[in-house]
Amino acid sequence: MRLLEYQAKELFKEFGIKTPPSISSKDIEKGRKDAKELGYPFVIKVQVPVGGRGKAGGIQKCSSDDEFELKYPQLLNMSIKGEKTRAILLEKMADIEKELYLSLFLNRSKRCYTIIASSEGGVEIESVKSQTIREVGLGDVDAQTAKEVANEIGLKDSQEEQFVEMLQKLSKLTIEKEAELAEINPLAILKDGTLIALDGKVMTDDNSNFRHDELQQYQEKSELEEQAEKSGFSLVELEGNIAVIGNGAGLVMSTFDLVTDNGGKPATFLDVGGGATTETVYEALTLISKMKRVTGILVNLYGGIVKTTTVAEAFIQAYNNNLIDIPVFARLMGTRSKEAKEMLKDTKTKMFDSIEDAINGVVMEANK
Amino acid sequence: MTDIYKILRGQKDADGNYEKKPVIVQGITGKYGSAHAKLMLEYGTNIVAGVTPGKGGQKFEDKIPIYESVKEAVDATGAEISIVFVPAKFFLDAAKDALESGIKLLVAIPEHVPIRDAMEAIELAKKNDAIIIGPNTPGVIVPGLIKVGIMPATPFSKGKVAVLSKSGTLLYEISNNLTSAGFGQNITIGIGGDPVNGTRMIDAFDMVKDDPELEAMVVVGEIGGDSEEILAQHIIDTGFKKPIVGYIAGRQAPKEKRMGHAGAIVMGNYGSAESKISMFAKANIPVAKRPGEVAVLLAGKMNS
Repeated sequence: MRLLEYQAKELFKEFGIKTPPSISSKDIEKGRKDAKELGYPFVIKVQVPVGGRGKAGGIQKCSSDDEFELKYPQLLNMSIKGEKTRAILLEKMADIEKELYLSLFLNRSKRCYTIIASSEGGVEIESVKSQTIREVGLGDVDAQTAKEVANEIGLKDSQEEQFVEMLQKLSKLTIEKEAELAEINPLAILKDGTLIALDGKVMTDDNSNFRHDELQQYQEKSELEEQAEKSGFSLVELEGNIAVIGNGAGLVMSTFDLVTDNGGKPATFLDVGGGATTETVYEALTLISKMKRVTGILVNLYGGIVKTTTVAEAFIQAYNNNLIDIPVFARLMGTRSKEAKEMLKDTKTKMFDSIEDAINGVVMEANK
Repeated sequence: MTDIYKILRGQKDADGNYEKKPVIVQGITGKYGSAHAKLMLEYGTNIVAGVTPGKGGQKFEDKIPIYESVKEAVDATGAEISIVFVPAKFFLDAAKDALESGIKLLVAIPEHVPIRDAMEAIELAKKNDAIIIGPNTPGVIVPGLIKVGIMPATPFSKGKVAVLSKSGTLLYEISNNLTSAGFGQNITIGIGGDPVNGTRMIDAFDMVKDDPELEAMVVVGEIGGDSEEILAQHIIDTGFKKPIVGYIAGRQAPKEKRMGHAGAIVMGNYGSAESKISMFAKANIPVAKRPGEVAVLLAGKMNS
């Protein structure tokens, strides 16, 4: 789960990591109350699950009621990289002396957590040359390690102490919440010498959700995503008009790549899982039928033991029940494909032997 | 490094055929476990025992004894290979049972295993000098000899190309293309689609690279992490000379979205397809644009 800034900061507070005073809201009535409580001036920050919002104008200063009435609705209705605003955070401005970087990050190749720290913060860490990196096994950071990291990025005395404390709290959060990433960027040193988390990003391991009921409140899923999950599918929604359906994440990604290469715009990445039966394919079509922007469906199924006739049955049912009336372009690898083709002869489903041909067909249809 | 071939292939007999190694199935009475146990038996895998706590003493398909624990199963059969079909939340316990009982190759089928559980199991495997393949893997197959996994049999044929793949269905698709083009497989290993893998791309490469029967390799990667980049650097460093062809899924995937696999996510530039493809280019590994192109590129490499 990718937590929004305000959610990450709620976790920070829970673990004792200092953040500036802030309040989150999802509508302007609540926002007005928050503004009064917080007092001008403050910044209005859009909450989106994607980076780069500062550059996109998603963070605005605000110092009066008039400004608030103008900017709050603007920011609430904005989209960044296709992601709509999920919430608004009002936050007091901090008196910053210097910005640093700190994160605990799962290094997948080394199969251990790493501390990444830098005396340069507020920018994407990849663009920072001077990084201190420490491997810390399953994420536990002892005081000595934290102290060494603090010294390496040039912190001494009270700031060193505060940093050690913050890093150990971040480590505790990472372990307890099973985070893949817990990042404070920027970690600010204020003019009065206090260390504070100005922005935060936390990604938790979805596979550990069953152990974390307390995180479920942060789960932001669309209705379709929820239905997909119930069916055991994995769904990513996009803005295009071609529904891409397949079995197995790799195969669906590959199909998605080829659709885009050929000028098509995918509306979904829908992985129905390893197997494919009449029921799963029918359920997938049910999901897609709720997406009005879809004008063509592409199905790519690979099953060594799947009978293509059972999949063909799902398409026939979907048309008979008036679930869909848009054309399906399908490539079904499996047994009895001649029979399946015969079954689909008079329907809007076209079967292809090669995925390339199916893609050409669906892209032409969708771009009509 | 533990030799995966030694674990999977027994002694060669006078006709040059390998003896079949015994395999244990953990979770053999579950719906999924029993279906795949049958398919593995059909393929010729020598399943000697099943494990389901609470069902010890029963028999699977009237012939294969079921035990309470892997320890009991290993004591009775001496097997070093186990395949696990338990639900993800019970994986760590099942893995501990296996690794502490002398299993040397653990094939971890479950999807959705928490990362911390996988990391703990991997630590334990290291301590016990054992290999974990997966989690979230289709398994491993030495065509014509042994199938320890959930892959369909039809795409694979006996041969001399090793295929390493993060994705299951792409492994089937590409192996099928290779088979049609006359490139049988010496071994195929499913790395798995999770962020943390028991056998990483680089480990799988090291396991297979020195096999005298190996003539070429195919690496099927996808967005997320940097295991492809690290493998490419390793190939450059070790000066491996046999032909390798690559494929990377997810070139057009949006950033910061998980594309079906828990591990298939691009964060910033970490895990991007461009990064992987450019490292493969440095290692002189051509990358196919489509799965169907892999066999074509391999034919070109083999003939040059």
